[in-house]
Amino acid sequence: MKATNTNNPEYFHKVVDCQYACPAHTPVPEYIRLIAAGRYTDAYMVNWESNVFPGILGRTCDRPCEPVCRRGRVEEEAVAICRLKRVAADNKDEVSHLLPKAPLEGNGKRVALIGAGPASLTVARDLAPLGYQLDLYDDQPLGGGFMRSQIPVFRLPPEVLDEEVNFILDMGIKQHFQTYVSSLKSILQQGYDAVFVGTGAPRGSDLDIPGREACEKSIHVGIDWLASVAFEHTAKIGKRVLVLGGGNTAMDCCRTARRLGGDDVKVVVRSEFARMKASPWEIEDAVAEDIPIINNHVPKEFVHEDGVLKGMRFTVVNVVYDADGKRELVPTGEEVFFEADEVIIAIGQDNAFPWIERDLGIEFGKWDMPVVDKTTFQSSLKKVFFGGDAAFGPENIITAVAHGHQAAISIDLFLKEGRVDQRPAPGVTLVSQKMGVHEWSYDSEVSTDDRYPVPHVSKEKALKDRKVEVELGFDPSVAYQEAERCLNCDVQTVFTTSKCIECDGCVDICPTDCINFIDNNDEPALRESLRRPARNQDQDLYVSTALPQTQRVMVKDENVCLHCGLCAERCPTGAWDMQRFFYSVTKAGSPCKQSSPLMTSS
Amino acid sequence: MTYVKPSFRHPEAPINDLGRTRQDYEGGLSTLCAGCGHDSISAAIIDACFELNIEPHKVAKLSGIGCSSKTPAYFLSGSHSFNSVHGRMPSVATGANLANRDLIYIGISGDGDTASIGLGQFAHVVRRNLNMTYIVENNGCYGLTKGQDSATMDTGSPNKKGDINMYSPIDLARLAIEIGATFVGRSFSGDKQQLIPLIKAAISHRGFALLDVVSPCVTFNNHSESTKSYEYVRGANSGMPVDFVPMRQEITATYDSGATCEVCMHDGSVVRLYKQDNDYDIEDRQSALEATSHYAREGKILTGLLYIQRDSEELHDVLGTARRPLNSMTEQQLCPGSRFLDSINAGLR
Repeated sequence: MKATNTNNPEYFHKVVDCQYACPAHTPVPEYIRLIAAGRYTDAYMVNWESNVFPGILGRTCDRPCEPVCRRGRVEEEAVAICRLKRVAADNKDEVSHLLPKAPLEGNGKRVALIGAGPASLTVARDLAPLGYQLDLYDDQPLGGGFMRSQIPVFRLPPEVLDEEVNFILDMGIKQHFQTYVSSLKSILQQGYDAVFVGTGAPRGSDLDIPGREACEKSIHVGIDWLASVAFEHTAKIGKRVLVLGGGNTAMDCCRTARRLGGDDVKVVVRSEFARMKASPWEIEDAVAEDIPIINNHVPKEFVHEDGVLKGMRFTVVNVVYDADGKRELVPTGEEVFFEADEVIIAIGQDNAFPWIERDLGIEFGKWDMPVVDKTTFQSSLKKVFFGGDAAFGPENIITAVAHGHQAAISIDLFLKEGRVDQRPAPGVTLVSQKMGVHEWSYDSEVSTDDRYPVPHVSKEKALKDRKVEVELGFDPSVAYQEAERCLNCDVQTVFTTSKCIECDGCVDICPTDCINFIDNNDEPALRESLRRPARNQDQDLYVSTALPQTQRVMVKDENVCLHCGLCAERCPTGAWDMQRFFYSVTKAGSPCKQSSPLMTSS
Repeated sequence: MTYVKPSFRHPEAPINDLGRTRQDYEGGLSTLCAGCGHDSISAAIIDACFELNIEPHKVAKLSGIGCSSKTPAYFLSGSHSFNSVHGRMPSVATGANLANRDLIYIGISGDGDTASIGLGQFAHVVRRNLNMTYIVENNGCYGLTKGQDSATMDTGSPNKKGDINMYSPIDLARLAIEIGATFVGRSFSGDKQQLIPLIKAAISHRGFALLDVVSPCVTFNNHSESTKSYEYVRGANSGMPVDFVPMRQEITATYDSGATCEVCMHDGSVVRLYKQDNDYDIEDRQSALEATSHYAREGKILTGLLYIQRDSEELHDVLGTARRPLNSMTEQQLCPGSRFLDSINAGLR
């Protein structure tokens, strides 16, 4: 195998599994250390720089970071990254003086942002400090987009949402709320230098089965119904409610229904439990509120008497996979009837661009989606950019934020240089953490605590009032203990071949047998010949150049390295060192050579 | 202070026939200097015992004084252990072994503890053929007292300050062969591929087994002029690769070059040695002495299994002691009463 090129920042970035998996590449271990140190405001700002909505995401994020957390490979459960983020947001001091401001004099360029959700707000957050005039359009009365209309208040209190949305709106954004944009042409005619489309995926899928039309007033489309509850147009629901669908929207619908008068709320899902799209923790929370999840039931018809809904009939199926892994729902012949006063359909959502004229030069492709560049987010009409769910279909908030940052870079490059293809490199620092004998500037001791559960309010209290937040968040002492579970994967094991005397000290001490000194070979052979074969192909091997004494190579399997620093502790020559790797995605307007204060604080 | 070994281990770490993991054979965290060869030997002992499926409580670790003699604290924390007086580990081992012949005895000593203060005790435990594994962690200096030359330091090899050693070294392996040892091996702490099978073979050997293991002292004797440094030993090492094949296991070769010889141990396991030349007979004392001195003259260090005498009589055989350990006998058996004492006394009149 060729020696690992650690000068490529992506090598060490990949070792930080959580950060690598985060679409916005939030430096997770960095802010977890700050939380452990009680520096909540600093932890909040590390987050805010990267993901713009720490308080919101600390409650609602889809957490792509947690399933990949190294802790989950070493023991049972990942670090509660998401809930730690909330601790930073809940305990921070005043931050307004730390936020960037719009300059007094603008740069003369005007950008329209269509939709006031996370993608557009991120674009605004990145472009406002650069002097752009930003016009934000949304048909809702307040900013936040789907974060406001789709996420129930018992998961995301409005104060939290308002605070973080206002941080951005207060940068001098021109707000055009309760303004439905019905024509992109008319926006373009207003002479904007660029337009960003962050309108999400606003159309809930419907279910075209017998009885649907006759029972119109008792059947709701999930995302519309949630919005109507959010804006207080709907305040109650029937006693018996069926929610169709297995995603997070279905979970939000059923739990909201429980709070609006639904005593007997059931979730009915076509597929099997294991294949449900909802996050496991959201399913858990629904089940905890006495909501049964009924799987393998395919809706057949709405049963009604003269337009009055009586219930629904379902076909029970077996899920069968063919040789190619393709799923088939095979009816068992059994049919089931569930009584219901109202039904909520939450089986998916789609994009809809009826307001974009098709003769503007924006190319539309498969499924009537605009053709958008995956890196630059530019459409075929060069001044129009897309991001968030509007770009490639429904994802989540953190993905929308990541899109927003990249689109902002593109808009800034497009308006300054006329081209968007040369992207700025990430900001990277790599600094030794050694402070003395047995002393490292990070807490290298590995906690063996199990994951701490987040406390909830009592079910009685939660179900009585839709506005009571269910999760209470960690208190600072539990937060500290949970933060200590983080393995500090960003503190990298850095190997210097020329210093190694091959004493095997690191091999002998490594608790998880990651380090090997062996004859070089090709990667598959090398993976098998290690002391503990490296069979997790997603994790890289760190390979040195040939060693001075024996011409062997050092091979480290990154998979279950605890970053405990014992290899460096045991190394007599300093060939191993623990170095903190800070990786930040460069934002619009900031050339990579300019580092933020947070990056130099080590 | 962050110097704590985490308790997490590799999730796919193997389990041996006893259902134990390697972790069950570990000890406390070493307090030796970073990079000390002794820690590699401790790790090799852990691997050997884990792979031999030895119950930790069936092992007794014995040591004298010195850096080497501290190491029993760093492996097999579930075993019996006795950290004895400087150079007197052989006496304690002899007493323990006579009292309980069922335990596996692993003695750990250094070049000071064995070749200087303990040379007298060492010579006698060798000639008595006590059933034990005696490992000398040999670094050519007194590491615990600031690195003075030891009795195994080669003539002409300078210490860290630059003072040249004027005296001739004691070659413990050759000495042991000379005075009747029945198993003598030499190895290098930086070559676990050879060291682990050698330790396994030594443990399996019935009788006294000496392993003289060159183990560089990183702090005092790893400089460029030293003949006990990692770099020098790597260059001078004429390693005879060793395989240890436990009983009831198919014999497959790990190495493929050189002349091989296979030695069947008394328990049915097989030691396979890949010799440097065909004339060398490791079951012939004279041949072993000639080979080691030949390599020494060439400035090389011959490592591997140097000499073995199978089917020797160990101390219990010579003394005709009871077959069971004393702690498994009743008071009646251990103290048969004055009638027996009288008859013994009568036999002496």
